[in-house]
Amino acid sequence: MSELIHVSSSPHIRSKVKTDYIMLMVVIALLPATVFGIYNFGPRALMLICISVATCGLTEYVYERLMKLPVTIGDFSAIVTGLLLALNLPASVSWYVPVIGGVFAIIIVKQLFGGLGQNFMNPALAARCFLLISFSGQMTDFSVPEGAFGKIAVDTVSGATPLALLKSGESVDVVSLLVGNVQGTIGETSVIAILIGAIFLLCLKIIDLRIPLSYLGSFLVFIIIFGGHGLDINYILGHLFGGGLMLGAWFMATDYVTSPITKKGQIVYGIILGILTGLFRIFGGSAEGVSYAIIFSNLLVPLIERVTMPTAFGKGGKRNG
Amino acid sequence: MGILTFKGGIHPYDGKELSKDKPILPLNPKGDLVYPLSQHIGAPAKPVVQKGDHVLMGQMIAEAAGFVSAPIYASVSGTVKGIEPHLTTVGSVVDAIVIENDEKYETVKFQGADSLDELSKEEILKRISAAGVVGMGGAGFPTHVKLSPKEPDKIEYILVNGAECEPYLTSDYRRMLEEPEKVVDGLKVMLRLFDRAKGCICIEDNKPDCIAKISEMVKNEPRIEVKALKTKYPQGAERMLIYAVTKRKINSSMLPADAGCIVDNIDTVVAIYKAVMLGMPLMHRIVTVTGDAVTNPQNYYVPVGTNYQELIDASGGFKAEPKKLISGGPMMGFSMFDMNVPVTKTTSSLLCLVKDDVADMKETACINCGRCVSDCPENLVPSRLAKVAEHHDYARFEKMNGMECCECGCCSYVCPAKRPLAQSIKSMRKEILANRKKK
Repeated sequence: MSELIHVSSSPHIRSKVKTDYIMLMVVIALLPATVFGIYNFGPRALMLICISVATCGLTEYVYERLMKLPVTIGDFSAIVTGLLLALNLPASVSWYVPVIGGVFAIIIVKQLFGGLGQNFMNPALAARCFLLISFSGQMTDFSVPEGAFGKIAVDTVSGATPLALLKSGESVDVVSLLVGNVQGTIGETSVIAILIGAIFLLCLKIIDLRIPLSYLGSFLVFIIIFGGHGLDINYILGHLFGGGLMLGAWFMATDYVTSPITKKGQIVYGIILGILTGLFRIFGGSAEGVSYAIIFSNLLVPLIERVTMPTAFGKGGKRNG
Repeated sequence: MGILTFKGGIHPYDGKELSKDKPILPLNPKGDLVYPLSQHIGAPAKPVVQKGDHVLMGQMIAEAAGFVSAPIYASVSGTVKGIEPHLTTVGSVVDAIVIENDEKYETVKFQGADSLDELSKEEILKRISAAGVVGMGGAGFPTHVKLSPKEPDKIEYILVNGAECEPYLTSDYRRMLEEPEKVVDGLKVMLRLFDRAKGCICIEDNKPDCIAKISEMVKNEPRIEVKALKTKYPQGAERMLIYAVTKRKINSSMLPADAGCIVDNIDTVVAIYKAVMLGMPLMHRIVTVTGDAVTNPQNYYVPVGTNYQELIDASGGFKAEPKKLISGGPMMGFSMFDMNVPVTKTTSSLLCLVKDDVADMKETACINCGRCVSDCPENLVPSRLAKVAEHHDYARFEKMNGMECCECGCCSYVCPAKRPLAQSIKSMRKEILANRKKK
């Protein structure tokens, strides 16, 4: 035996699933929504996506080099952040909006708190909220840029998103919401595209149903009770499929780092998300509420975990004698 | 009959195809045999031979040093070369009796029993204790202590652990396939001790041939049943096995007897049969020599004390450079740096791997994915426990039930960040147990 024998503590085998694999699968799962966004909003959407992804990747690389930290762009987490940020932007924003957002997400939200695994808010959503406050005009302008391939139904009220229509008391076309030929941010419009990605992640067991279902379920109950339209199917489906709820529930509320690790905690977290989203959408000033609900709930995660620690196997059993 | 199991657990590559079709071969060692005085839980045995003594196969060479202890017997005939410190599989150096093998296998005469019915319960326990039988699944707890609970009338189940959930191991599988009658007879001896108990032979459903064979054998035995378990690691962990079969839960401070159960491994039950019915002490065990670095993976019937190097030589040596040598299974076994160690009563396997996952996969940051939580059979939060352990926060570790960890290693296995969670938790547990002893 010429080579040295390795010695380590058991177990001596490891599963093949690694962080970079998980992140790569999330990127793949986001592709249907991304491709549809580009189809729907044209080359401008593609440009914003590229800028956002490149900014996030580059920022992470440069920061880590400057700080003499191990470079972690190989784990694809910055790519996921960049892609999610772009999918949360309207297609008409200026090129510097994703640049500012990407730098904010990676440096302020992620790296300053210790990098991957240490951020207490979802970086993409925190950046979106930062941009919403800083560039509220651009960030709420959902006019369709020139060169779009899709046929967006803009005939009702010019520049109105489905949620804005609901807010002003009008009805929405549920089929358009499912397909996605409506106004909104680049990646949030097509329910079908988002669900294809979600099912892909569910099949790979990268996400499970706890957070999305408790989120969507509690949100439904909330709008039925407080929405003022009772069991009006068009109103309920409009809220469920319109805006950022689907993208948020399946891809951002399920972010590992900023959601509870305990199983019971994940359900509590989902319920809080549903209530907050309902609250912001119905009683808030803006039509949308998903992003704020998620980053606000991110802050509650340590508290939720503390009260939902699982009971150990056999706890409370009595020793005989 | 439904398939029984527990919550959590993992499905690693099981590697059993390497050795499962290899019949058990007797292996006669050529070199010296080494008997560590401490190869069981409890007080180390006290030597009763001296340098230069001639011993026969089956002769006691060290006696039990108290109730929780076990005697040790020579597994060959030969001359005592000395009592000296020797390296063991776990990496520690302990006193051991070394015997030079004369290869004559001169044997003492064993006093068997004609029928189980003529033996009293005390006599059965005495025979098991005198034969040096200990738990051969890995822990090495003296069997006569296990079989002497405070209230024998409260024992309702005797569970024979044939799960063999560790990847690569096939020794219990071969035993059940080749000598099922000894397993059943051993269980009958145990049932004789506990009048109210039912005997269950528990086998994972990846061994349908064993389940079928033993079910057929016991179909006319009213007190014995075969239980099929779901194939999942760690199905054979004591607490998980008890839960799967009886739905009763025990924690780290309880004994199986508190749930009305006694659990013993397949090889232990066979050792009980030999001790009581044949009067033979524990001298041999079955060892699987396997792994992708081994030329001819094989199951051997080996005298206790045999050098590991002889096991690998018998298997034709290495066909590829091994990176890791493991005594036991890949999930809970010990990695070794030297093959000059003896087979003990608790050795189940020598596993030689060409690849070392642990070194190949770099540790990265925890992403809070919760896989360790989903798969922890003890329902703990391993990633948080490991963090607390790294900060040496004893109080918080105990508050988070860290002492309930059964050290199965599922958390380290599934971690996508490849963090050594089980290692951190295990070392913290050892520290706390050591501190408790000091007080």
